[in-house]
Amino acid sequence: MTTAPQNTSAQHSRSDVAGNGPLLEVKDLHVEFRTKHGVAQAINGLNFTLEAGETLAILGESGSGKSVTAQTIMGILDMPPGHIAGGEIRYRGQDLLAMKPEQRRRLRGVSISMIFQDALSSLNPVLPVGWQIAEMFRVHQKMRRRPARQRAIELMRRVGIPAAERRVGDYPHQFSGGMRQRIMIAMAIALNPDVLIADEPTTALDVTVQAQVMRLLKELQTENNMGLILITHDLGVVADVADKIAVMYAGRVMEAADVYDIYARPGHPYTQGLLESLPRIDAAGERLNAIPGLPPSLTDMPPGCPFSPRCPYATDLCRSELPGLLPIVAEHTSACHFRDDMYRGRLQTPEEAQA
Amino acid sequence: MTGYIIRRLLQFIPVVIVATLIVYAMVFLMPGDPIRALSGDRPMSEQVQDRLREQYNLNDPFLIQYGKYMWGVFTQGDFGTTFQGRPVLDIIQQGLPVTLTLAAVAFCFQAIIGAIAGILAAVYKDSFIDRFVQVSLVVAVALPTLAIAFLLQLTFGLNLGWFPIAGTRDGMVSYILPGIVLAAVSTGIVARMLRSELIEALQSDYVRTATAKGMKRSRVVTRHGLRNSLIPVVTFLGADLATMMGGAIVVESVFNMPGLGGQVFRSIQAQENTIVVGIVTLMVLFYVVVNLLVDLLYAVLDPRIRYE
Amino acid sequence: MTELNKAHTVVPAGDPAPSPAPKASAQKDASLWMDTWRSLLRNPWFVVSATLLVMLIAVALFPQLFTDHNPRDCPLSRSRQEPSAEHWFGTDIQGCDYYTRVIYGAGNSMAVGVIVTLSILVLGSLLGLLAAYFGGWVDAVLMRLTDLIFAIPYMLGALVFLAARQERSVWDVAFILIVFTWPTMARLMRGSVLAVINNDYVTAARALGAGPLTIMRRHIIPNSLGPVVGYAAVYTGVIIGAEATLTFLGVGLQLPAISWGLQLNDAQSYLQQMPHLLTFPLIFVALTVFAFTTMGEALRDALDPKSKKR
Repeated sequence: MTTAPQNTSAQHSRSDVAGNGPLLEVKDLHVEFRTKHGVAQAINGLNFTLEAGETLAILGESGSGKSVTAQTIMGILDMPPGHIAGGEIRYRGQDLLAMKPEQRRRLRGVSISMIFQDALSSLNPVLPVGWQIAEMFRVHQKMRRRPARQRAIELMRRVGIPAAERRVGDYPHQFSGGMRQRIMIAMAIALNPDVLIADEPTTALDVTVQAQVMRLLKELQTENNMGLILITHDLGVVADVADKIAVMYAGRVMEAADVYDIYARPGHPYTQGLLESLPRIDAAGERLNAIPGLPPSLTDMPPGCPFSPRCPYATDLCRSELPGLLPIVAEHTSACHFRDDMYRGRLQTPEEAQA
Repeated sequence: MTGYIIRRLLQFIPVVIVATLIVYAMVFLMPGDPIRALSGDRPMSEQVQDRLREQYNLNDPFLIQYGKYMWGVFTQGDFGTTFQGRPVLDIIQQGLPVTLTLAAVAFCFQAIIGAIAGILAAVYKDSFIDRFVQVSLVVAVALPTLAIAFLLQLTFGLNLGWFPIAGTRDGMVSYILPGIVLAAVSTGIVARMLRSELIEALQSDYVRTATAKGMKRSRVVTRHGLRNSLIPVVTFLGADLATMMGGAIVVESVFNMPGLGGQVFRSIQAQENTIVVGIVTLMVLFYVVVNLLVDLLYAVLDPRIRYE
Repeated sequence: MTELNKAHTVVPAGDPAPSPAPKASAQKDASLWMDTWRSLLRNPWFVVSATLLVMLIAVALFPQLFTDHNPRDCPLSRSRQEPSAEHWFGTDIQGCDYYTRVIYGAGNSMAVGVIVTLSILVLGSLLGLLAAYFGGWVDAVLMRLTDLIFAIPYMLGALVFLAARQERSVWDVAFILIVFTWPTMARLMRGSVLAVINNDYVTAARALGAGPLTIMRRHIIPNSLGPVVGYAAVYTGVIIGAEATLTFLGVGLQLPAISWGLQLNDAQSYLQQMPHLLTFPLIFVALTVFAFTTMGEALRDALDPKSKKR
């Protein structure tokens, strides 16, 4: 899989950004959308870090800013209306947001690459899939047509496409959904990136295919020691694959922790709500607990904690003061005023407290 | 694919037959006696008139006349002879190069200028270039061909004297103004079509993917955006080529060019029916063949289309 | 399509309980038209072309309001004058006041344009609707028929037909233009109906037992006519251009009719000596065609959300 010429040139293109620090670090990121109807604050002070070989799941409802996060890291956010209002995104210590556009472009697809949700619309419908994969080698490594095509076939074989050499000239619409997503993955890992961002990679797929695609991603990650950011709204997907979880709500991280810890002892009422809304096999027959209400409008954020209007434990403090993302124990942070009580299961609703 | 082509060709047969039949009927059932028109003021003996009638099958029932004519066209490439005895094919061969050159100039103009304008407007959407292109397009599409023709004749021909305003004596230079006139409306349509298609393509998921792959903006636009947006534009250009023959009638008349369009116009007025029918048959065939080619081209450009 | 469709999905045909729903739908309809109107007023092209059009229509209907001269009062003594304070557009070969001639020329052009457009709008929409709704052989026959007419360049067909007529009135010119242009309208309507007919609300209406007439009237026509109407306005401009061209070529209207095409025809022989004879009718033809096409485009943008690719 890793042949010599490919490795050297990949390293060559990365040498100019070699630095120290974590693989990827997002610090106090703010992204807004400036529209006619006002400014929508999509991301409000996002923080997380990702190390090589680690899988971070970013979990959230639609509109929580998780896809915007991915697009901002990739540098493919539509600007305007998008606007980066502040913060840093450091890749191996270098701030991506301060880079020259050309320097940043050379990182895209080479060091940081991305898989999209809908492979059918994300692959070019009028170009053969082999061509689209080979384009990575041809553009970034100046490879000639034939060897690039050969590499594309190898990649297609690696991601589990049967009869790859026969199908290399086929078009996206001639593949099944799962196969298309595998092609998308092949394209994203073609140049052995350090960071792979997968934006809802399995949402559009059948349940049986979902598991296969997730397994493939996991395998490839281990093989290449990639940092994987898995963006999803599906708690079920997360549990199997992720090492760390960051729960996003209204453009903020509400809670971030090790995957086992967060499932066992959520440190934020929102996370708790999400977990309780999952159907459980050991609780058959009981009603699902949906979180009441809707996420706040991004153009009109409530003061204080953004979850307070829907939080059963909310107090006046919550409604007036924004809690910071602070540690409860090591490696477990939460943006709740009552994070300690929550974590230890001692938190009571105001009614319970009255009684 | 072969099956599709054969089926399309078979479908075209009735179209060609009925279309030519209609024109044939309109031409030969017109009031007025072409033989008498031919003789003009000179007296012509009854025998001569009868011989001419016999020679041009004018005594046969109408459908037989038509059948004999079409048989000649499709078996021997014989488009008949004029009443003066000159083969119509001769006249066609004389006018065809002029009309084809005119069509080629117009086609190049609308393809190149239309594409450049459309791409610039889409890539620099909402900028000054975009506004400028849009305003010019509204004007170009809205003005009638006749107005554009005279406008160019007056400004660039008479006032500035840059281009000849009539005939084809000056070689390629004399084709420039007529070519622009013939192309004007379609240039506007091409540019507008390409603009909106490209804007849509540039907002698509696959273009976002290409950007995420680290491709340069120029490559994203040309290889990924343009490749998709060109499909309807190329189809339009092809279909437009087929209708250019009609436009050539007006343009060749205004610029007094010795092409098929001007020829057919003069022949209609002179009641030279055989020439009219010959040229019209050729135009209908041209239309039908070009349209078939456009359909096939469409399948080549868009792999999602498969003709069964 | 979506906005238009939604307004009509509110009340499926055969709704057993027409309680507050119809009222809501009526209000939505009204606001839909208000939306269209407001978006039209925001479009500068629409404002310019509509103003122009109102003026041109006034000129066509009441030419005597715009000039004191009689268009047929042509003393040869004052022929071939350059534009002056007295004769704004100069005088022509016969000595007629050219401004008056041009003003009186509007009527015939507009008449042909309006007759043809209204006819093909009715004829084309009806045939297109039938073809799309019933499909099968109705559709096949109609489509072959349009193929047929498209295969003959319309300019050619009109030339052949009109050259054969000794006397040509507005109606002759209109007739031949109708014959050669209705297929465009029919195809447009067919496409527009096909886009609507597979929507769930049509299926729903059918499942609820609504008959073809009800479905066409309540669901299909309101939702598919928008783009067709816009196009019809564009087409009026095209038709007026075609009439001027045919007349210019000598196979359209004849003297003593007053028409821009005839004026252009006369003027072409004096292109070098008296360009103003060409310029003034040309400006009017161009303005009229421009006004119709531009307003049609604006209407199409406003009525057909699909074309709003901005």
